[in-house]
Amino acid sequence: MEARFLLGFLLLLSLSSFAFAIYEDQVGLADWHKRYIGKVKHAVFHTQKTGRRRVVVSTEENAIASLDLRTGDILWRHVLGKNDAVDQIGLSLGKYVLTLSSQGSVLRAWNLPDGQMVWETDLQISNPSNSFLHVLGNVKSGRDSLSLVCNGGSIRAVSSIDGLVVWKKDLSVDGLKLKHVFQPPESDTIYAIGFIDSSLIALYHINAKTGELLKHATQASSVDLSSEISAISSDSLVALDTSRSNLLLIKFMAGTITNHKLPLSDIVQDFSGLAELIPTKSNDIFVVKTPSNVAFIKVKGDNEIELIGKADEAGIVSDSLILSEEEQAFAVVHHSNNAISFQVRINGREALTEGIKIEDHRGHVKRVFLNNYVRTDKSHGFRALIVMEDESLLLMQQGEVVWSREDGLASISDAVVAELPVEKEGGVSVVEVEHTLLEWLKGHMLKLKGTLMLSTPDDMAAIQAMHLKSTERNKMTRDHNGFRKLIIVLTQSGKVYALHTGDGRIVWAHLLTPLLQSESCPSPSVLTLRNWRVPHRKALQENPSILLVGRCGAGPESHGFLFIVDSYSGKVLETQILDHSIAEVVPLPLADSSEQKLHLVIDDKLNAHLYPRGSDALEVFVREMANMYYYKVENAKEVIKGYAFKKGCSTGSSAYCFGTRELWSVVFPSDSERIVATARRKINEVVHTQAKIMTNQDVMYKYISKNILFVATVSPKAAGGIGSAAPDEAWLVAYLIDTVTGRILHRVTHQGAQGPVHAVVSENWVVYHYFNLRAHRYEMTVIEIYDQSRADNKDVMKLVLGKHNLTAPITSYSRPEIATKSQSYFFTHSVKAIAVTTTARGITSKQILIGTIGDQVLALDKWYLDPRQTANPSQEEKEEGIIPLTDTLPIIPQSYVTHTRQVGDLRGIMSFPANLESTTHVFSYGIDLFYTRIAPSRTYDSLTDEFSYVLLLITVVVLIVAILVTWAMSQKKDLQEKWR
Amino acid sequence: MNPSLSFLSLLSLLLLFSSALSFQSDELPFNDDDEFEGVRSSPGSASVAPPVRRRPDLDISSASDSKSLQFSLEHSLSDSEFSVAGTFTARLKSWTHGAQTLTKLRFTRNAISDTEKGLFERLLEDDDFYTIRIPSNVLNPSGKDYVVSSVRARCLPRESLDEHFVIHTDGVNVLSVNYGSAGGCQYPRPLKSPSKWSFSSYTVLKNSEQAPRTPTFVEQIIASENALEEGLQPPEKSFWAKYWMYILPIGFVLVNAMAQAANAAAEDQNQGGQPSQRAPAVRRR
Repeated sequence: MEARFLLGFLLLLSLSSFAFAIYEDQVGLADWHKRYIGKVKHAVFHTQKTGRRRVVVSTEENAIASLDLRTGDILWRHVLGKNDAVDQIGLSLGKYVLTLSSQGSVLRAWNLPDGQMVWETDLQISNPSNSFLHVLGNVKSGRDSLSLVCNGGSIRAVSSIDGLVVWKKDLSVDGLKLKHVFQPPESDTIYAIGFIDSSLIALYHINAKTGELLKHATQASSVDLSSEISAISSDSLVALDTSRSNLLLIKFMAGTITNHKLPLSDIVQDFSGLAELIPTKSNDIFVVKTPSNVAFIKVKGDNEIELIGKADEAGIVSDSLILSEEEQAFAVVHHSNNAISFQVRINGREALTEGIKIEDHRGHVKRVFLNNYVRTDKSHGFRALIVMEDESLLLMQQGEVVWSREDGLASISDAVVAELPVEKEGGVSVVEVEHTLLEWLKGHMLKLKGTLMLSTPDDMAAIQAMHLKSTERNKMTRDHNGFRKLIIVLTQSGKVYALHTGDGRIVWAHLLTPLLQSESCPSPSVLTLRNWRVPHRKALQENPSILLVGRCGAGPESHGFLFIVDSYSGKVLETQILDHSIAEVVPLPLADSSEQKLHLVIDDKLNAHLYPRGSDALEVFVREMANMYYYKVENAKEVIKGYAFKKGCSTGSSAYCFGTRELWSVVFPSDSERIVATARRKINEVVHTQAKIMTNQDVMYKYISKNILFVATVSPKAAGGIGSAAPDEAWLVAYLIDTVTGRILHRVTHQGAQGPVHAVVSENWVVYHYFNLRAHRYEMTVIEIYDQSRADNKDVMKLVLGKHNLTAPITSYSRPEIATKSQSYFFTHSVKAIAVTTTARGITSKQILIGTIGDQVLALDKWYLDPRQTANPSQEEKEEGIIPLTDTLPIIPQSYVTHTRQVGDLRGIMSFPANLESTTHVFSYGIDLFYTRIAPSRTYDSLTDEFSYVLLLITVVVLIVAILVTWAMSQKKDLQEKWR
Repeated sequence: MNPSLSFLSLLSLLLLFSSALSFQSDELPFNDDDEFEGVRSSPGSASVAPPVRRRPDLDISSASDSKSLQFSLEHSLSDSEFSVAGTFTARLKSWTHGAQTLTKLRFTRNAISDTEKGLFERLLEDDDFYTIRIPSNVLNPSGKDYVVSSVRARCLPRESLDEHFVIHTDGVNVLSVNYGSAGGCQYPRPLKSPSKWSFSSYTVLKNSEQAPRTPTFVEQIIASENALEEGLQPPEKSFWAKYWMYILPIGFVLVNAMAQAANAAAEDQNQGGQPSQRAPAVRRR
């Protein structure tokens, strides 16, 4: 008896000791964090003889990173802001990385070994345009070297040591665009060459130390100049004309300019189409890329040129790499099927050709960066950094892929969740069991030591490693708790990845768009992905699948396509090029007989096309069609319109095509309101309780409608950034609109408030975040909506007996009597993304997940945002757990679900339920990915992984022994007594 | 409804406007109109029954009529063609700071013609939508933008056709009109014809609410911060609090064992009484 009692007691105890925040040694148990950099656009190699071999890259996601050339690991990384695109990177003094960003207006220097920012200079450029950075090699005032930033017609010389602008020269010529700056060796004069309005060539001589203009000359060009140039020697350069079929050879000897027109067709036979100049450095060689081939051309003497090499098949050509005074190398990469041929050409001659096999899911080669090294036999070796179509990055050396990085994952645009396969029964060998038994025992001994505080630091490390390596969480099968799932993500490049929630590894990855590329579908791009088939009662044995929807061209009227992909393997099950365009994909809460979810694809003419195509799908849809509605937010026109579906569509006679008719519209006055944010409830959200018991034992019914749309509008003046409008000119109007009838359920104006607005709708409440100009602070407002029409329905007996009308059908056409309660709070942070936790049954209390400006995810309990709060809660309210009203929402450091990690450039947060009611998965993405499981009300329904079964076992054994001993003792005593 | 009545109303309307054009009263305009926001537009006096049926009010003709404006309600009984079905009359009130708002909204419905009745009956049979629209800019009704609203036709019939308009305005702009039956609409919708083929209309004008200012109370902040800090730092656990789950069972076992032993000893003493006898007994154990 005692033992059983104690056992239960112990169980309870171990539950209560589970903490709210996680402990240091729990980091990485349920979470993982992956860092990426994005699609590389510039790369600078740093391969000096000493120190680590590294490459500094800048990416389309505005990240600057230093990668280890041996492993591809990130040594350091910085993510610049969204509006701070990197234009160019360079190395200076051998220890600084210079980055020019924000269209040439900000120059920064980063310390090469550790990535610390050394200095930052705002160049105060009035009209940012194409600008470039030129690091001067040999102007040395003391030990300093200068970097020149040219922007239009102005040059700024910046000291590399401290970032001070040493001199500034404004050439103040209208239409002047500087194209090239160079400095002959051992000279104090800088030559700057530019074009004026694409018809004049201008040359400037500038003193490198003072910026004084020494001399300038202009000359009319014989052709219209394009912006592409290639500098071929210290006194000449080659430019392409605007028709892209003629070359202009420009020479500038001793202050005079000569130019000479050379038709490309004279040099390259069978030339047609548009040519492209590859930037080169010197050596009288330049490279012209035409649609059919790549030509290496050498300039000889006066205006004579010669074709010295030609690479057939148009390939991707790298920038030039200078090997010596005489030699420069290019890499030309061709792609065919699942192999790429990598060719290095020195002065146009073929020096090295390697064929390398790569996975076929990477698509075509997009960019190549060439680097050389000295081999053991003192000859030149070459390595290349290759950027693929799926934005992944590969390092190639000696005909092999040394490492690859899946940097496409830095640009996730959409994500869904899929189940893993069901575990097959049997099939576990005895050896495996014995092995695991031994491991299990060992592990538990270690754990026991840990709990009894007898373990050495080594043991602690072993325990930690064991936790992290736990095979259980990385299995490829479904688990009882629903902790193991697949997150299927779509990236900007159109590649689809399946990530395992256990450790974030890529289970499969596919780039599907090349499969479609054809005449009928010239430039396919994937827009979105949806769950197509979810394992369900009838479809348990069927593999779940994913629907991918995309467009064949850039415009909204171009034809769409769809893919159906198996979620377990990534295999394409079905491909279809549609005969209509795609404006929106609406998933319906219906499924056909094979559990394929019904989807409506709305085209640009507002016809609705039903998928999957099948008679039973059609039957299911037509039966429910009268209750289907669709709404569309037209941001450009400030209009929201609602539609119903009707039979027969305007474009064809297909049975699967339905027309729409406009039912309602809400027109926001364009002179006073702009739509800035919309939000609605998740389609699959589960609400557990419809009623809320108030402190006075009163019942309030939640107004739970799946059709609530939250819309926020701001005044046009306040549509810009913060500070663009005065408090009197700024207002924010929040609307709650029923999307079936277009009824405005609630409308409230916040004077002096403006966007950016982030909102989340769940159950019967909406929380939105905005900026209050009057208070100079961010604010969050909660609106809760209650249904008054059911307010009289309070008979508990009826509720118990099931005679209440809660299950009666509700129609939106009844005029709702709703009451709203709302409260506003100040909030310290600005917000990048906002979401709410979802659980399997909706019992667990909610947390609002806020992506903060520091790229972290904060879990804020919903009960902090409770409109029932008052400054002095009564005793009853206190008992119910209502906290006193405060004007600011608390930010508790322990409630960051990302703990110490940062999700660079956080863009989205996703929460999806586990099978265990208490637990929810949280996946946040930006440039980095972060996944964790959280339990908003703690894990009340399960023992944690931390639960020490051994301790429990020992306790039980000890108790049994004690019972036995005492029993034996009492037996003996009895015996003794009887003997007496 | 009978045509004579509609004719009368038309005539009276005409009269009203002609008088507004010809006669300029020097009466001081009333400025109590702001009270009328959200008020049901039943005719001014309480003695008249709430449903307004094609009976224009003659008592609105005053000097401020120069500020009154009209816009029409259009309805669609078939797929997309709209026809005029009624007229809204409202007063435009100008505020000193330049803003204009609509107040004193009144509505007059046109009579239902026989063709309309037929069409409406078809809507009822098909359980189709009855759609209405009004211009979104009432000052310049020729504009193309309309706010549209629809309801399932079967929601309307009661005694007569009961309709309920909620017009959301922002100054002089109409944001949206919520159109529906006066009360609930049950689902599934039964086919029911009204006994009287006329509309009884209720109209409500709604403006935006102002959000309350975020409460700021300094002392409360301090207090709450203190409370928070307290909440954040749980008091240092004592040895007992930390390890009681281990100590307790051990203690239990010990107490148990001791109790047994004590019991045994006590019984020994009770039975034997001689300590010399107890020693061997203990040894035997």
